[in-house]
Amino acid sequence: MTAGAPLLRMEGITKRFGSATALDAVDLVLQRGEVHALVGENGAGKSTLVKILTGAYRRDTGTVELEGQPVSFDTPAEAQAAGVCAVHQEIHLLTHRTVAENIYLGREPRRWGFVDWRRMNADAAALLLDLGLDMQPDAVVGSLNTARQQMVAIARGVSLGARVLVLDEPTSSLSPREVSILYALVARLKAQGTAIVYISHRFDELYAICDRVTVLRDGRLVETRPLAGLERLDLVCLMLGKRRDELRHGTTAFAEHQARTAGEPTTAPLLETEHVGGGSRLRDVSLQVRRGEIVGLAGLLGSGRTETARAVFGADPCARGKVSIQGKRLDARSPDDAIRAGIGFVSEDRKAEGIIPELSIRENLTLAALPLLTRYGVVSRRRQREMVDRFMERLGIKASSADQRIRELSGGNQQKVLLARWLCTSPRLLILDEPTRGIDIGAKGEIQGLVNELATDGMAVLMISSELEELVEGSTRVVVLRDGESVAELSGDQLSQQAIIHAMAEGGSTSSPGIAPDHPVH
Amino acid sequence: MAQSLGLEPARRAPAAAPASLRRHLPGPQYAALGALVVLVVANAVFTPHFASTSNLWNVLLQVSTVVLAAVGMTLVIATGGIDLSVGSVMACAGAVAAVLLERGTVLAVIAALAVATLIGVVNGTLIATMRVQPIVVTLATLIAGRGIAQVISHDGELVTISDPAFMQLGRGYAGPVPVQVLIALAAVAVALFLLRSTPFGRYVLAAGGNPAAARLAGVPVPRTIMTVYAASGLLAGIAGLIVASRLGASDAAKIGQNMELDAIAAVVVGGTALSGGRATIVGTVIGALIMQVIATSFNMLLVPYAWSLALKAAIILVAVYLQRPRRV
Repeated sequence: MTAGAPLLRMEGITKRFGSATALDAVDLVLQRGEVHALVGENGAGKSTLVKILTGAYRRDTGTVELEGQPVSFDTPAEAQAAGVCAVHQEIHLLTHRTVAENIYLGREPRRWGFVDWRRMNADAAALLLDLGLDMQPDAVVGSLNTARQQMVAIARGVSLGARVLVLDEPTSSLSPREVSILYALVARLKAQGTAIVYISHRFDELYAICDRVTVLRDGRLVETRPLAGLERLDLVCLMLGKRRDELRHGTTAFAEHQARTAGEPTTAPLLETEHVGGGSRLRDVSLQVRRGEIVGLAGLLGSGRTETARAVFGADPCARGKVSIQGKRLDARSPDDAIRAGIGFVSEDRKAEGIIPELSIRENLTLAALPLLTRYGVVSRRRQREMVDRFMERLGIKASSADQRIRELSGGNQQKVLLARWLCTSPRLLILDEPTRGIDIGAKGEIQGLVNELATDGMAVLMISSELEELVEGSTRVVVLRDGESVAELSGDQLSQQAIIHAMAEGGSTSSPGIAPDHPVH
Repeated sequence: MAQSLGLEPARRAPAAAPASLRRHLPGPQYAALGALVVLVVANAVFTPHFASTSNLWNVLLQVSTVVLAAVGMTLVIATGGIDLSVGSVMACAGAVAAVLLERGTVLAVIAALAVATLIGVVNGTLIATMRVQPIVVTLATLIAGRGIAQVISHDGELVTISDPAFMQLGRGYAGPVPVQVLIALAAVAVALFLLRSTPFGRYVLAAGGNPAAARLAGVPVPRTIMTVYAASGLLAGIAGLIVASRLGASDAAKIGQNMELDAIAAVVVGGTALSGGRATIVGTVIGALIMQVIATSFNMLLVPYAWSLALKAAIILVAVYLQRPRRV
């Protein structure tokens, strides 16, 4: 790292959305030829900071200096022109056009007013060669795999003269071999003096290629420091805002019910997954849930928690491994199969995957239970009303009436309706993905208390949560995922926030090979 | 991440007040009903002979085929789709019936409706399982259906119909009520019942309102989508038989022409949003009546056809404007 003047300096960046502060006086300093990791959990402000850097958002306060000159980008195009370029998770390319056309889109070389195809392809070929990419400039982008499309996006950034390149989750859909191609490209850009902001949830990657790290939490800067010499455990503690020695205790509604019986290990598991894998995030997850147990599923963002839940529920295909319910192989191919086997699933994304916004509370609540309410093809209004009344009262759903549209309710009340949607099907297993995210404290406590009650009554619960208190106090056992693999299972005296953090950072008793940085370059 | 932080509290606070307030304002359905009443009253006063019994029956008779196609269209649009093929399906049904009538009325009608439903099933299959866009799929069946209808009716010849029982469909009366009006009423009643009282009705609205959430709640989304297109085909087939019976012939090139546009207009004017997730069958009937009353009165007032088209277009635009999503 050069000790001279920084390439980019962002100071005191603040951004508000309405009454919420997304970024509060955050600094980010990039040196030439530096790969800089930007990490933080959900809501930390990474995306907002990057969007301000690349001109997609405007900052409320703070300064940005590029090579000592104050700059202010109003649009991504302005940022690009100044040499600040971002490559996002979802790649923005014209899939029906060629590699060369995409690289030079909007600034095609011309000859007598017409596009000079020959020169464009020659320029592109030279650029690709320079970046060490084995790729035809006239290949149609849509025919390339995701990794190569990403390379095209990076090549476009380089050809724009990018001095600051932001890579946002660049490896989220890459295979290990493709990752090594990316590493080689990053190394080459670094040698050319480009500063790279690298956003990833995979620790192996950060430690393999990043020089320094900036940690954000809840919109605030926690620390910027060299990555070498920083233990993974300490990095996780910084991200989560925990201190290694003293971890808080007793802040959730589970605490009152601390005496969770550790489900008798002798009883056969209700749910069992063995080496489940599939997609780009899920590799090898094995876990068991017994009746009356709340099993917590822990892991950092991107560790495969949601993917595990979706695979069990049949929402995503599960390519490898085995899922059984009460010893019988399930392998649900659609949510319908899982529901018939007695499973309910509350998604983490209430708005996109939970509520049907235009329908009423009544209709949302009974959506999954309609087959139970139907006689001779007709929904029994009486039985539907009874069911809705019973669950609205039991869960304390606050609304003007059961006919109110669900989109008019608060997040907490929506979440209760979605819980009720499953409870009224009397499931044997309930999968909750972040059941208390984004809802107010009161509703949070009520939901935690209810989940506890359900388990006491014999239901099996698999609970995904990013809140360690919730996991430690609510769960009988906690299974920790890391990079798509179940790496530890904690229960009894072993179950502590510290132990979870340790497993998330280092893996548990079984060490995972992860992505080795030294794969042969293609 | 930041957006959710910002919007969550802001959205909660004002939700209660406008919600209760809005309930007292006329919804799009009542707006359409109001417009229909105004139109009828104005015509009764200003258009000579409009308020006569025979003319009012005539309006109902004219509107019945549009109502049939529009009821199916309402279900399709509620799932977030569209069915452009209804006019061609009508022509196919008419052609199949016309060539088969000599072998028996019942056989001809059943075969015609089976073909119509089959075209709907093809639409539904391509849309639900192959994920092709509804507008593309049904545009293809719109084009192909018209061709098939002409092939069936001996290369587009006018096939005359003389079967007396079949003629009852488009010309018969039960007391003072035309048979086709009864058929349309029956279709409306069945659709209302399906939407309000069966799981299928909930599934239609759920699949249109939020397909991802519906799937996770166990809603059979592909089967639901398949069913609405099949229903749309069947209803269009019935409409096609009525028109063929009315004409006394199968005219493969003309039957059902532009019906898709009339049906979509009725649905939109009636207050069903094109974005899916909502459906009002009663609104669709009112929408169809509005369009028909305008057409009839213009005809009686001898307004040039071209002008009546322009006014129709204006009415559709106003209806859509009134229904634009309002910010809470």
